[in-house]
Amino acid sequence: MTTLDLVMALVVGGLFAAGFYLLLDRSLMRILLGVIVLGHAANLLLLLTGGPPGVPPVLPGAGAGERYADPLPQAMALTAIVITFGITTLLLALVHRAWQLDGHDEVRDDVEDRRIGTVQDREESGPPLPTDRDHEPGGGSGR
Amino acid sequence: MLALFALHAAVAAFLPWLAARAPRGVWYVAALVPLAAVGWAAWHTGAVLDGGTLNETLSWAPALNLTVELRLDPLSLLMVYVVSGVGALVLLYCARYLPGHGREAALLLLFAGVMFGLVTADQLIALYIFWELTSVISFLLIAGRGEGADHRRAAEQALLTTAAGGLAMLFGFILLGIEADTYRISELLAEPPSGGLTWLAATLILVGAFAKSAQVPFSAWLPAAMVAPTPVSAYLHAAAMVKAGVYLVGRLTPALEGVGPWRPAVLAFGLTTMVVAAWSALRQNDLKLLIAYGTVSELGMLIALLGAGTRTSALAGEEMLLAHAAFKSSLFLTVGVVERTTGTRDLRRLSGLGRRLPLLTVAATVSAASMAGLPPLIGYLGKEAAYDGLWHAPFAGGGWAVAGLALGSLLTVAYSARFLWGAFARKPGVPDAEPKPAAPGLVWPICLLAAAAPVLGLWYEGTARLVEPYAATRGLLAEPGHGYAVTLWHGITAPLLVSASMIVLGLAVHWARRPVARVGSRLPRLPDSQRGYDRTVHGVDHAATWLTRHTQVGSLPFYLTVLLLTVILVPGGTLLSHPPDWPEVVGWHSVAQIPLSVVVLTALGGLVVARHRLTAVLLVGAVGYGVAALFLVQGAPDLALTQFLVETLTVVVVVLVLRRLPSNFTPERPSPRSRVLRAAVALAAGGCVAYFAVSATAVRQSLELSDTIIERAPETGANNAVNALLVDFRALDTLGEISVLLVTAIGAGALLGYRSSRRQWPTGPSAGSRAARAFRGIHWDVPREPWLPEADELPRRDRSLLLEVVVRALFPAVLVLSVYLLFAGHYRPGGGFAGGLVAGQAFTLRYLVGRRAEAAFPLPITPRAVSGGGLALAALVALGPLLFGQPPLYSATFTLGLPLLGDVKIATNIFFDLGVYLLVLGVCLKLLFALAQARDAGDTLVPYHDRPRRVPR
Repeated sequence: MTTLDLVMALVVGGLFAAGFYLLLDRSLMRILLGVIVLGHAANLLLLLTGGPPGVPPVLPGAGAGERYADPLPQAMALTAIVITFGITTLLLALVHRAWQLDGHDEVRDDVEDRRIGTVQDREESGPPLPTDRDHEPGGGSGR
Repeated sequence: MLALFALHAAVAAFLPWLAARAPRGVWYVAALVPLAAVGWAAWHTGAVLDGGTLNETLSWAPALNLTVELRLDPLSLLMVYVVSGVGALVLLYCARYLPGHGREAALLLLFAGVMFGLVTADQLIALYIFWELTSVISFLLIAGRGEGADHRRAAEQALLTTAAGGLAMLFGFILLGIEADTYRISELLAEPPSGGLTWLAATLILVGAFAKSAQVPFSAWLPAAMVAPTPVSAYLHAAAMVKAGVYLVGRLTPALEGVGPWRPAVLAFGLTTMVVAAWSALRQNDLKLLIAYGTVSELGMLIALLGAGTRTSALAGEEMLLAHAAFKSSLFLTVGVVERTTGTRDLRRLSGLGRRLPLLTVAATVSAASMAGLPPLIGYLGKEAAYDGLWHAPFAGGGWAVAGLALGSLLTVAYSARFLWGAFARKPGVPDAEPKPAAPGLVWPICLLAAAAPVLGLWYEGTARLVEPYAATRGLLAEPGHGYAVTLWHGITAPLLVSASMIVLGLAVHWARRPVARVGSRLPRLPDSQRGYDRTVHGVDHAATWLTRHTQVGSLPFYLTVLLLTVILVPGGTLLSHPPDWPEVVGWHSVAQIPLSVVVLTALGGLVVARHRLTAVLLVGAVGYGVAALFLVQGAPDLALTQFLVETLTVVVVVLVLRRLPSNFTPERPSPRSRVLRAAVALAAGGCVAYFAVSATAVRQSLELSDTIIERAPETGANNAVNALLVDFRALDTLGEISVLLVTAIGAGALLGYRSSRRQWPTGPSAGSRAARAFRGIHWDVPREPWLPEADELPRRDRSLLLEVVVRALFPAVLVLSVYLLFAGHYRPGGGFAGGLVAGQAFTLRYLVGRRAEAAFPLPITPRAVSGGGLALAALVALGPLLFGQPPLYSATFTLGLPLLGDVKIATNIFFDLGVYLLVLGVCLKLLFALAQARDAGDTLVPYHDRPRRVPR
């Protein structure tokens, strides 16, 4: 059956690796570039699942012995390209806005995440919260 | 049955409205509904007790096999009497106790309806839904309006405990349904499952029942729930909701009594609860808590009796259930009257109330006597049957059960006496209470409930007729050679002697209450289930914090690394451990791929090391163009065209935004160690994907779909199969896609064009303009003709003759090209997307040269209208066929004779494509306008917090 060739596998792998590498950065701009590259990678992979190169699927195109390229992944990848464009512009706007507000485009550590992890330590060192309900004889009357 | 349930819900919905107009009348109206249910039950009593059952089915999603099945059989009939009878009286009591409380009236009535549904449900899942609805309503009633912290805490505890039990029970129901191959309870009872995991199902169901009926170790929520108003406690937490667990045990015992853990668990937990809770009741000074613990104790007994699975114990359980519903609700309501008239429930402050409220005292005494099991009341009938049932039990451990029951009964007698003494007796040293007169409307419901005890006891033939059909159910063990009959006098028997001596001993315990209390305070404390609950909640909180602390470090690269490692390890590991048959791999399919791959990979290599933003963006563009060329080689010209256009637009937009950011990436460079780690993870993940790609494409089985699409593309009026897919076969997909595109464009436009202040930020003269002023004479390339009118306003240094001439010449041509692409899409590469992008780029080009978005697009409509109109047009074309009786997105083809052009074949989906075109164009324009606005907002970087507030003019 149809098989991916090595060159294309190399390109797809390279695109994904570069995309992931950029995604792991702390600069929002490079993360954005990573998303764009990952979009290319996914689209190319999608297209390549359709099989080896063929004649463009426009009738009448293929002569005897020729085969058409699979149109289905093409349509899907086309949709994906346009969506990637939309996502890219939105991310870009976010980068721009982050830069406007903070004066940098760096992803810093979320301090709130760490604060949640220590919420109980802070509670315990603070004033005790009323937690015990009195069930002893004599308690709980007069409600 | 369904109509009755609907009546409950409908009237409940209307009660809050009524409450403001008729504060008392609202309760009378509410009480009519359960009264109707009682009347309905009475109407059917004869038929049901003679062996007929009433079935109703409502199938609301037959395709999913979801039906609501209701069934009235003797046990359900008994429960309907309890639930609706007590419910009606409690609602009448509320007319005086809580006038004008529309929320409570509606919830209580709804609760009555849900309970009615619960006891008549003949399907496990329906039963579960009713079951959880009672938990929710109980939560709402305990919490009140959520004003007191104790209310909220008690409500939360009740909900957590009963809902957790309910989840276990649901799991048990599903297991049971799988084992029995049916979810209908009547079918389950007819053919009880026995094998497989039935024991686990039984255990889980018991957990749910124990949680609902407040059995040890889940008992703490019920005393805590006593913060609710007294009628709510009387109804939910004495008569109805907590009986759901008892009912469920009684309902399933005939099917499950023989299943491993059922009987031992029921007897052990039930009787332990009975004794422990009764001992706690004896130590309470708050009258309401006293009977609350008494309720827990009695529920333990009921669970033990109904779960034991013999005929006599079932009789005893039913009688006690009736008795308990009547006496416990009347006692709760009595406490309500005592509190209302004296202002306290503390028995140490009450004295001499008996003489001031004689009618109430008589009623409460009758109820307490029934609780203690004195003849000739219904409580006595039940107690006698209970002793007899366990005494003659045909299973091992009956002796222990009798001992537990006896000890529990002894303590029950003692706390019954303590209640009467505490509420009504005159105590030395305590001043006599001066109660306000009790409204008759508060007392007579109590009297009616109390009167049930002697009536059902003396008219024991009637009681027997009501309870015997269930006890005779197939599946309950009969005691051979011992037919117990429901009657007041069986002669002097061993159970009678035990019972009598327990009453005497119980009174003695009450008489010796001071020494008993002293001894009790020295005994080691019993494990307290409230503390168990608190510890569990605390433990869960701590575990959650621990987990958060150890997993949420707050670093995005860390989270992404974890995600990627998961991708590498789980699917990648699976690929490595189960390698697919390695396909025949060829080096390349087309020689053109090799140079293109080199371009792409080189650009990628430059991209990951680039430190300059602009360089990186241009390299990304190079990657994109390389990929587009690969698309072309692959036989996808449409894709390649779109990719070229999108990539160009992306690069332009990114560069326009980038002008404002520092030229180098910040932070400059991470540490080498982190770079190595990132590179290793990224390479491993990329390798994983490549390996997956090779092995996955090798196993593609069927290409028939694609062949069909190509063959049938002309039916849509298009020879281009990709275009046919986009506007016809998968047009719904395209519709969704353009909606997404519009949404992202709106978001991006709002973020980019946002101005935090109307003030323009002054920009200092840049180095370039100073140089331009210095060398004014040498700008030979500045145009002197008005090629683009809007560019005339630009400073001369920013103008370029070449660009202005080219744009001027190309602009109309590009627009024509875009329209051509739109219409050619049906026959050649192109289509709405490509056309729209080309048109968008024409305007982008003009904007780049003239720097004014309004001038680039000088029409009197906004980009918003263009994109919105495009979406509307596409949606109209999609929905239009409905008017002609065709499915949505249907496309018709017809031929039009036009002058000059001859016959033109037109498919209606061309208008869909036109919508796509307009939308994409509108999105591009929107971005342009937003970028222009962002530029106008100024180039000076002002930190957010330092910005000047807007000054009022």
